[in-house]
Amino acid sequence: MTLAAPATVTVRVLLFARYAEVLGADAVTLELSAPASVADVLDRLRAAPGGALLPPRPLCAVNLVQVRPTCALASGDEVAVLPPLAGG
Amino acid sequence: MSCLTHRAIDAALLARQVSSPGRGAVVSFVGVVRDHHAGREVTRLEYSAYEAMAEAECGRIVAEAEARWAVTVAVEHRLGRLAIGDTAVAIAVAAAHRGEAFDACRHVIEAVKSRVPIWKREYYADGSVAWVDPTAPEGAVTASTPPMASA
Repeated sequence: MTLAAPATVTVRVLLFARYAEVLGADAVTLELSAPASVADVLDRLRAAPGGALLPPRPLCAVNLVQVRPTCALASGDEVAVLPPLAGG
Repeated sequence: MSCLTHRAIDAALLARQVSSPGRGAVVSFVGVVRDHHAGREVTRLEYSAYEAMAEAECGRIVAEAEARWAVTVAVEHRLGRLAIGDTAVAIAVAAAHRGEAFDACRHVIEAVKSRVPIWKREYYADGSVAWVDPTAPEGAVTASTPPMASA
């Protein structure tokens, strides 16, 4: 038996600090066409008001671990877009 | 142990927590809020974090250091509003001898700064506010919207 792959991937996207300011939200839920990657999330954010201010390659994390934009996403993943880190 | 706190950091307490009779060297790093940045007078600042990831990343940094050197490490980073002179971050490293303690302490503070998702908003004497971007040329700051009324 062959199971059909889900047609969409739904992820929670967290925004912080300056990125939350420019996009006007600290969290959004996105439904993406499968297969989806972090780059698809960034494309959707860039299309939103204020999204043009995101840099070409922002730091990103999936489920609390830093990843590359090519990282594949599954439904339920928590994606975070991180402004330049400034702790310490 | 939790690495993030909203309360004042006690660096001496952190050093005592990593100490033990077999550890002859304890090295501490204490990062303190400075009154200037990129030529501008800073009056106070505010740290925020992606708290779940910051805790996870601090835990990974401590585990990596304790695997690489024979050391015990503690890290604490403060969040929220801080005044000039407040301790923003403290690292304590205990080892049998000083070499490993110094090496591990330096490694841990650099890793905290480069890997832990924490952000800093600086408030300046002229009333302006900015997010600090250490990747910008010469530590330049990014313009920010005016501060929202805080609770």
